[in-house]
This record gives sequence, C-alpha cells and structure tokens, in this order.
Amino acid sequence: MSNILFEARHVNKSYGNFQALSDINISVEKGSIFGLLGPNGAGKTSLIRIINQITAPDSGELFFNGKKLTEDHVRAIGYLPEERGLYKKMQVGEQCMYLAQLKGLDKHEAKRRLRMWFEKFNMEAWWNKTIDELSKGMAQKVQFVVTVLHEPELLIFDEPFSGFDPVNAAVIRDEILLLSEKGATIIFSTHRMETVEELCDRIALINKSKKILDGTVNDIRKEYKTNTFEMEFKGNMLAFTTALWTGFELINKSSDGDHCKVRLKMLGNSNVNQLFAAVMPVCEIVSFNEVIPTMSEIFIRAVQGTNQVIA
Amino acid sequence: MGKIKLIIRREYMTRVRKRSFIIMTFLGPILIAAIGIVPMLLANANESVRNVQVFDETGVAEGQLQSNPNIVFSYVSGPIEQAKERLKSGEVYALVHIPASQDDNLLVTQRNVRLYSREQVSLNVKIYIENQIEKQIERALLKSQGVDKELVASVEKAVNVSITAIPIDEKPAKDVSYDVEISTALGAISGMLIYFFIFLFGAQVMRGVIEEKTNRIVEVIISSVKPFQLMMGKIVGIALVGLTQFLLWVILTAALYSTFLNTIVKEKYSSNQIEQMIQKSPDGTSVENIDNIIENQQMIQRISSINWALIIPCFMFYFLGGYLLYGALFAAIGSAVDNDSDTQQFVLPITIPLIFSFVMAQTVLNDPTGDLARWLSIFPLTSPIIMMVRLPFRVEIWELVLSMVMLVLGFVFTTWIASKIYRTGILMYGKRVTWREMFKWLRY
Repeated sequence: MSNILFEARHVNKSYGNFQALSDINISVEKGSIFGLLGPNGAGKTSLIRIINQITAPDSGELFFNGKKLTEDHVRAIGYLPEERGLYKKMQVGEQCMYLAQLKGLDKHEAKRRLRMWFEKFNMEAWWNKTIDELSKGMAQKVQFVVTVLHEPELLIFDEPFSGFDPVNAAVIRDEILLLSEKGATIIFSTHRMETVEELCDRIALINKSKKILDGTVNDIRKEYKTNTFEMEFKGNMLAFTTALWTGFELINKSSDGDHCKVRLKMLGNSNVNQLFAAVMPVCEIVSFNEVIPTMSEIFIRAVQGTNQVIA
Repeated sequence: MGKIKLIIRREYMTRVRKRSFIIMTFLGPILIAAIGIVPMLLANANESVRNVQVFDETGVAEGQLQSNPNIVFSYVSGPIEQAKERLKSGEVYALVHIPASQDDNLLVTQRNVRLYSREQVSLNVKIYIENQIEKQIERALLKSQGVDKELVASVEKAVNVSITAIPIDEKPAKDVSYDVEISTALGAISGMLIYFFIFLFGAQVMRGVIEEKTNRIVEVIISSVKPFQLMMGKIVGIALVGLTQFLLWVILTAALYSTFLNTIVKEKYSSNQIEQMIQKSPDGTSVENIDNIIENQQMIQRISSINWALIIPCFMFYFLGGYLLYGALFAAIGSAVDNDSDTQQFVLPITIPLIFSFVMAQTVLNDPTGDLARWLSIFPLTSPIIMMVRLPFRVEIWELVLSMVMLVLGFVFTTWIASKIYRTGILMYGKRVTWREMFKWLRY
C-alpha cells in the first residue's frame, strides 16, 4: 500500500547520561537512495546500528515494509560499517562463504553468487589467499561483495568509499547505482557532500542527536537558496554598477576586459525582470542563472545554525 | 540456532587447522610422557660407576656396605690424610670416613661420619650411603642386645599394616573403602588439569574476541547474528577445541607410554626374568616375586576402589562448567580492551578465585571434609577445582548436587554479565576502559 520500505518513529537512545538520538523520525522510500548526514558524533552510527538491530532503541518504533522490524529482517539488510574489516588469517573464499551463510544463504547459492561476483571484479585468483596477502583496496572489494551478496532489499553503506582509490571508488559507485536501478533501497552515510548531491534522492541531517533537516535534495537546495544570481555580460563594469539600484546588492564582481561576471542578491521585492530592465541598456547579457547552494554549504549552515541556537 | 552452529564450526575449524594446535597436540604428550619416562630412564641409565672408598675405624661397616650399579664401595685403611690424598688422583669419587669414638659408642660415631669428595656429591648418593651405614649401625646395635638383624628384617617384611578407610554411610550396605593415597593423587591431578584448561582456553577466548575487534570484523558479523550468539559460539567452539586436544593428549600419551613400556622396559629385563615373575613355581617363588605380584594386585585393587563411575562424569562436568563460567568472563574482558597488553589489569582480579582455589587445594587435600573444603567446593568460582580435589574422598550427595546447581547458576550469571559488557565493549574503540565504565555498561 505504501511506498515506504523503512521507517523510524520517535526513536530515542541514550548511553548513560549521553543522549545519542532524540526523537528521530525518518522514512526511506522503496528504491530510493537516502543520505544520512551529520557531523562526527551526531548519532548517525547509533541510528544505523539500531536499524541493523545491533543495539535496541530506548523507545520508538521501527518498521520494515510496513511491519515491525524483527530478527527475520536481518536477511533483508546488508550493512557495510565504517569500522569494517575481515579475519586477516582466513582465506578469502572460505571467509566469504562463512559470512554469506551467516546471512542465511545456503552453501550452493552462496558459492554460485560468489563465483559470479568474483568473476565480475576479476578476483578469482584471490579465493585461496588470506586477507593478509591482499592490499587494502582489494580487501575492501571483498568486503563490498560480502555486503551485497545476499541481495538485500535495504543496503546501508557507512562511508563506503573510504579505502578505495578513485578508480575503484568509481567502480563501487557504479555498482551501487546498478543495485539501486535493480530496485535495492540504499541508505548512505557519508561526509562527502559531492557524493550526496550526485547520488542521493533524499537526505536527513542529524546534529547533536536531533534531526535538523529532512527532505529531497532538490527541495532542500531550493529551500536554502538565498535569492542570489550569477550574471555574465559584455560591457563596462562601472556602467553596470551605476545602473543598479537599491533593490540589488552586488556581492562579487570580476572582469576580464569587457567580459564581466557578477553575483547579485535580490533585496526586498525586487525581481529578475526589474534587474534586466535596469542593466540591459548598458550591457549585453551572456548568461544568467540562480546560485543554488551546494550540499556542503547547506550542511555547514544548518549545523552552525543549530549549534548557535543551542549555545 | 543454525547460525550459532556456523560460528562454532568456524571457531573450531580455524583453530584445529592452525600449526600451533598440531604442534601442541604432539608436543604435549611427548612432554607429559617425558615427565614420566625421563626419570625412569635416568634411574636406569648406566651412570658412570662411582668408586667410594670407606675408611672405617670402627669396623662396623667393613665389608658390609652393599654396592649398587652406580656406587661401588671399597675399603681402605688409614691414615685419613693418605686416603684423602688418593681422592685427588680422580679414580676415587668420594671417601667415607667413619671415625671411632672414644668409648666405641656407635651413637656418637653416627654423628661424625664425613664424606669427602672433589665435587659436590649428589643428594641421591649421600642418601644411599647414609642408608647403608645406618643399616650396619642398626645391625650392630641389635646384635649387641642379642637380636638378629635378619630376623627383624623378615618380621618387618611380613608385617605391613594397610588401613582401609571405610566411611560410615547411613546405609551400611553401601560401605565403600577408599584409598587415601590414590584419592589424593587423583584429586590433585584432576584439579590441576581443570586449572590449566581454564587458563589456557579461557585466554584463547579472550584473544579471539580481541582479534575480531582489532580486525574490525565484529560489526559486520553482529549485523547478521546477535552479539550473544557470537560470544557463545566462540566459547563453545573453543571448548570443543580444548576437548579435542585433551582427548588427543590422553590417547597419544597412553600410546607413547605403552610403546615405551613394551620396548624399552622389556629390553631391560630379559625375557626370562619376566617369565620368572609370571611363573609361579610351586614353592620356588622368590620373596621378591611374591612382593611384585602382591603389589600389582594391591595397585589394581586400589585403583578399582575409586568410584570411577562418579569421578569421570563429574570431571567432565566441572571441566566444562568451570571453563564456561570463566570463558564468559574472559570474553567480556576481551571485548572491553583494544589489545592484549591492556588485558592484565582485568585478568588478574577475575582469575584470583581460580588461583586461590589452586593454592587452597593443598589445604583441602589435608582436610577434604572440613567446612572450608565444603564451602569452597560449593561456591561456583572455586568449585570446579576444589570439588574435583574433594571428590575422590567422600562427598555428601547434597553437597555435590548443590555445587553442581550453583555452578550452572554461576555460569548463567557470569554469561549474562559478560554478554552485557560484551555487546557494548565490542563496539568501543580507542577508549581505555575502567572497571567503573564496564559496570555502567551493565545498565545499557
């Protein structure tokens, strides 16, 4: 009936006197990529551990596919923790088989799928090696395979690209997108805002145990825009600035000969048409577009904003 | 349940395939056998024959001291300085000087016997010579009172009181005799085995947990299984490794011993000596052979006087129960620290009851039915060792039942505590944990 795969309602968690999560609500749509953001120590990992049923919340409810989250859902979730690793002295193949079976795959199925993935990533030769003998990047690849092998409905990646070189990071990103296309729902936790902009449909921002921002990436960026525009034109900068009136604030300007670039902020009720009317007589407009804040800027503003309120 | 089985299997398989396990499996029995066999070999080894010269002023030992394969007595006459001079030549190992006292009193003489040698005389040699001289002085003193030493010896040989201790039970029909010496040895050995097993394999549990933590695999695994399952799987898996090793040791040690006895010992005693021992000629059986046979029979009787049907299952119970109880605590410690070197401050307090019971074992052996022994054998942190020490003696059935129930409850309790600490501890990195901190985790 609903399109929500995972939902958390009024989740609270504290460790002794330390409040890790307070009244967190999130809902993750089926097939979407959901970004869980926040500075270090905000409570992201606490929430992820609760979703994985590693710890239990003090209060609050969790739903998977509309039903209360139970132990049976472990199979439907794949988790790549930030603090991750493998048994160093154990052979790759044996280790993958073990972890796959722990997720509930039977032996034959586990082997079949591992063969497929190993072929895909050209790792067949690693089967009988121990993790010790592999490079860090190679071990990370093995770890990724183990996470997605049981084809879970919900995948949780905590800083998935750390430990990968740019080439392999791209490989993994493409795999994640492929899984998403195939219908998997993904929760992403990361500090890399460019990845968030690139991949995520929706985000929740957590700071100091509270959710301070929630919505689709597009909506949030729109919400955070400051009515600032960037204009390129050919003409004289001095003539341009004198043509402006008090409805427009010039934030930034640069010029290269008669090729000029400015950033303007609309003040009061002034609008784009008025701006155009004012400057068109003195210059030739080359381009004009609204400045939409990056996720990184939004992140910093939102976090600083709440920190000030609290302080 | 299926997942716990997977964990147990991994813990077991990765450990028994390790080189260190295989080496220990073979080295262990060799060491154990060596402890038993080497002294036998040493005792029988053809040590260099030692010439001991005796300068006897009293005449009491002259020509009477019995040489053995390693010590050959010869008798010299004085003066003593000349005898000492010969010692320097190197052909003589030691010189015994038995001086005469002024009034020919042997009781004075015995205190003035001197043993001269170039190098330190071994304790065995000294004791042997003392014994030999003692016998002669004894014989001489007896003779002076008109008693024949040979007669005394034969009487002594014939008289051998062996007390059979019979605990009086409510049901007199069930009178069972028990043998104090065998019981003591058995109690001490089984207590010691349990002590080492707990320490050896408890530490393995701890190291296994630390390994998972430092490899950062633990969070991956507990997203599939409950922390409790992971902990129990590890403890049980390692218990099976321990049992396997123990069993292999028993089998291999037994095999080593029997081959040793079959080959080396048989070589030593010529086959016809053995035949002599076995053959019972109507009246020609020498005293020595009868002694041997009686001794063997007594030994069998003594061993069979032990209630093996009780001891063996109890040993298994306390062996495993004690390990499980402490294993959980070791797992909790492993989860709370980041590396091996941080474990010390936690391991010591937890193993104090264990070390304490090991130390108390001696006291308990002296008074196996006393109050101290009783309560230590019921308290679960000490019972695995103390009860095994007591068990070959008489233990009331209620004590045994109470002790077992307490051990099971103790195990449930420590496991509960440990699992609380464990599930928080395994996810803590880079924090130096204190006791207070761990106590807080109990309430998370």
